[in-house]
Amino acid sequence: MIHISDLRASVGDKEILKGISLDVGAGEIHAIMGPNGSGKSTLAQVLAGHPGYEVTSGSVIYQGKDLLDMEPEERAQAGVFLAFQYPVEIPGVSNAYFLRTAYNEVRKARGEPEADPLEFLDIVADRLKLVDLDEAMLQRSVNAGFSGGEKKRNEILQLAVLDPALAILDETDSGLDIDALRTVADGVNKLRRQDNAFLVVTHYQRLLNYIVPDRVHVLVDGRIARSGGKELALELEARGYDWITAEQGVGA
Amino acid sequence: MATAFLKQFTNLEPEGPAWLTAIRQRAIARFGDVGFPTTRNEDWHFTSPAPIAEATFEPMRAPTGLPDESTLAALLPGTADWIRLVFVNGRFAPTLSRPDAAGGVKVMSLAAAYREEPSLLEYHLTQRADIVDPAQVFTAINTAFMADGAVVQVQPGVSTPVPIHLLFLTDDAATGGVSHPRVLLVAEPGSNATVVEQYASLGGSRYLTNAVTEAWVGDGSTLHHIRLQQEARDAFHVGTTAVHQERDSHFLSFSFATGAALSRINIFSGLHGRGCGATLNGLYILGGSQHCDHQTRIVHAQPDCYSRELYKGVLDDASHGVFNGKVYVHPEAQKTDGKQTNNTLLLSERARIDTKPQLEIFADDVKCTHGATVGRIDETALFYMKSRGIPNTQARKLLTYAFAAEVLETIPVDILRDGLERMALERFTGTTDA
Ligand SMILES: Nc1ncnc2c1ncn2[C@@H]1O[C@H](COP(=O)(O)OP(=O)(O)O)[C@@H](O)[C@H]1O
Ligand SMILES: [Mg+2]
Repeated sequence: MIHISDLRASVGDKEILKGISLDVGAGEIHAIMGPNGSGKSTLAQVLAGHPGYEVTSGSVIYQGKDLLDMEPEERAQAGVFLAFQYPVEIPGVSNAYFLRTAYNEVRKARGEPEADPLEFLDIVADRLKLVDLDEAMLQRSVNAGFSGGEKKRNEILQLAVLDPALAILDETDSGLDIDALRTVADGVNKLRRQDNAFLVVTHYQRLLNYIVPDRVHVLVDGRIARSGGKELALELEARGYDWITAEQGVGA
Repeated sequence: MATAFLKQFTNLEPEGPAWLTAIRQRAIARFGDVGFPTTRNEDWHFTSPAPIAEATFEPMRAPTGLPDESTLAALLPGTADWIRLVFVNGRFAPTLSRPDAAGGVKVMSLAAAYREEPSLLEYHLTQRADIVDPAQVFTAINTAFMADGAVVQVQPGVSTPVPIHLLFLTDDAATGGVSHPRVLLVAEPGSNATVVEQYASLGGSRYLTNAVTEAWVGDGSTLHHIRLQQEARDAFHVGTTAVHQERDSHFLSFSFATGAALSRINIFSGLHGRGCGATLNGLYILGGSQHCDHQTRIVHAQPDCYSRELYKGVLDDASHGVFNGKVYVHPEAQKTDGKQTNNTLLLSERARIDTKPQLEIFADDVKCTHGATVGRIDETALFYMKSRGIPNTQARKLLTYAFAAEVLETIPVDILRDGLERMALERFTGTTDA
C-alpha cells in the first residue's frame, strides 16, 4: 500500500524526521507510538502533503505512485486520508456542504458519478450512526464550537464517508472518554477491509486494546527506534519510553 | 465638471412645489460655492472624486425599451410578490411597478407624491440629508436635480410582511448620463417594514448614479433598509442614506456593494430619542480596479441607545476598499452602547483597504468599542480542505464565501439572505448551495 524509505523532513533549519522507513501492506494496521515531540504528527502531515514541511530526502511510494510528487488534494483523491490531531475549525462552511464537496471530488477522481444533496444525505445518515453523531451536526459549521470529542468523531465521520485506502489517524484517541474511544474504535474496525490500511498514531497504548495493530513502531527523535508486534505496545505501557530513548542514545 | 451641472440647472424646469424649488436653488448655489471636494477634505481623504468631478455627465437619456419580467426576476430571485417600484435610467416605469396603497403602506413615485402627499413631503423631504457640508455636495446636486424617485409611508402601527422593492436600473441609453434618484421613507410610529433599494444595470457604461435616501423612523417603529449597489463595472455611484430616529425606534441597514468602478456610500443615522438602536452592516466584494468607500455616521444624541456596525470586505486584484465609521456621542447621551467592527479579507497582494474608526465621545458613562482586522485566507483551513480532496481554487473560494457568510447571515429576510448568499457563493465557487 505504502512504502516509505529514508524519509527526512525539516522546518527551516530544523530536521524533524531523520530517516524513516516503513512499509504498510493492504489489510494491515500499523501503530506509530512515541514520546511527545518525537515527530509523529510531522510524519502524518508530511504524508498528507502539508506545505510547511520540506522533504529533504527519501521517497514515499503509494500504490505505485510517487506520493511526494502529488498535491494534497490529489493525495486525498487517490485515497489517502489524515484524521488531524487538531481538527481545523471553518466557521461559515457547513459540515454537510464540506463533506459533500469532498465526497464528490473523491468520486470524480475515481470516475464515479457525483451525488446530489439528497443521495448524499442517505449516505451520510448511515455513516453518522457509525460514529454516534447527530444529524443536526451537518448544519453546523465545520468543527466550529465542537467539543474535543465531537471534533475527533467528526474526523472519523469524514473518514467513513470518504472511504480512503490509507487512513492515518493522528492521536484520534486523545481527549476522548472511554465510551467515545470505544465508539471511534468500533467505527474504525467496521471500516477495516482487506483492501485498505490504517496507520494509527497514538501516544498511549489504550486505543490499541480496541484497534489491534499488526505492527507497532516506536518513533524517537525523528527515527523509528524499534518495531515489533502488538506486544511491544504493552511493553511500552509497562515500562514507558525511557528505556528505548536510552538505548537510542547509546546507539546514536 | 462643476460648470456642466451649473449650466444644466439653468435649463432645468423643476418639478414639485414652490418650497422645493427654493431649496433646489439653495442647493445648486451651495454646490456653486464649494464645488467638488478633493482628497484634502478629510471625509474624502481615501477617495478621490476626481474621476466624477472631471467628467461631464449629460442628463440620462430615456431607456430604449423596458425589460421583461424574467429579466427583473433574475436580478433578485424570490421577489415576485413584493411591492415594487421600478425606475429605468432615472425614470419611473409604471408598467413594471406594483405600488400598493392597501395594507397600510403607501408606495408611490415622487411625482405622484407631489400631487397626493404634499404635506408629507413638506414635512420630510430635504429635511434629513445635509446640503451644507462641503463633503456632502453630491446630496446638494441630487437635491437640485431630483426628478423621480420613490416615496414610502408605512402607516402607524402597521407591520408589513411583504418587503418593498425599489429597483433602479440602467440600460444601454444610460451611457455617459447621470441620474439623481431620490427616496423618502417614512415609518410612522409603531410600524415595521422592510425596504430593499437596489441599483443594478442591464446595460450602459460610464454613467453616474447620484442617489439620496431620507428616512424617518418614528416612535417605536422598526425599519429594515437593505441597499444593493450592483452597478455596471465601469459606472460611478454616489449614494447617501440619511436617517432620523425617534424614541425606541430601530433602524437596521445592510449595504451590499459589488458594482461600479468608483462608489461612495454614506449611511448616516441620528438617534434623537431614548432607547433607539441602529444596526449598520455591510459587505463589499471588489475585484479589478474597483474602488468602494463606505462612510457611516451614527449620532447618539439621547441616552440609552445602542449602535452596532459590522462591515466586511472581500478585496481581490488591485481593488481598494474604504471604511470610515464615525460615532458621535453627545454629552447627554449617557449609557450609549456602541460597537463597530470592520473585517477585510485580502485575496491579492495588490488589494488595499483603508479603515478608519472615528469615535468622538462627549458623555462619560458610555461603552463604545471598535475593532478592525485585515487578513488573508487561513492557510491552515486551506490545507485541511485540500487534505479532504477539495482542489485549491475551490477551497479558496469556499473560505472566501465563509468569511462573507457571517455578515450575510444578519439579513433578516430569508429569501433575500438566501438570494444574496447564492450570489456571493456563485461569485466565489460557481455552485449554488452551501
Ligand atoms: N511547523 C513546525 N515548526 C517548527 N517546529 C515544528 C513544527 N512542527 C513540528 N515541529 C517540531 O518538531 C518536533 C516534532 O513535533 P510533532 O511531529 O508534532 O511531534 P509529536 O506529534 O510526536 O508530538 C517538535 O519538537 C516540534 O516542536
Ligand atoms: Mg502529535
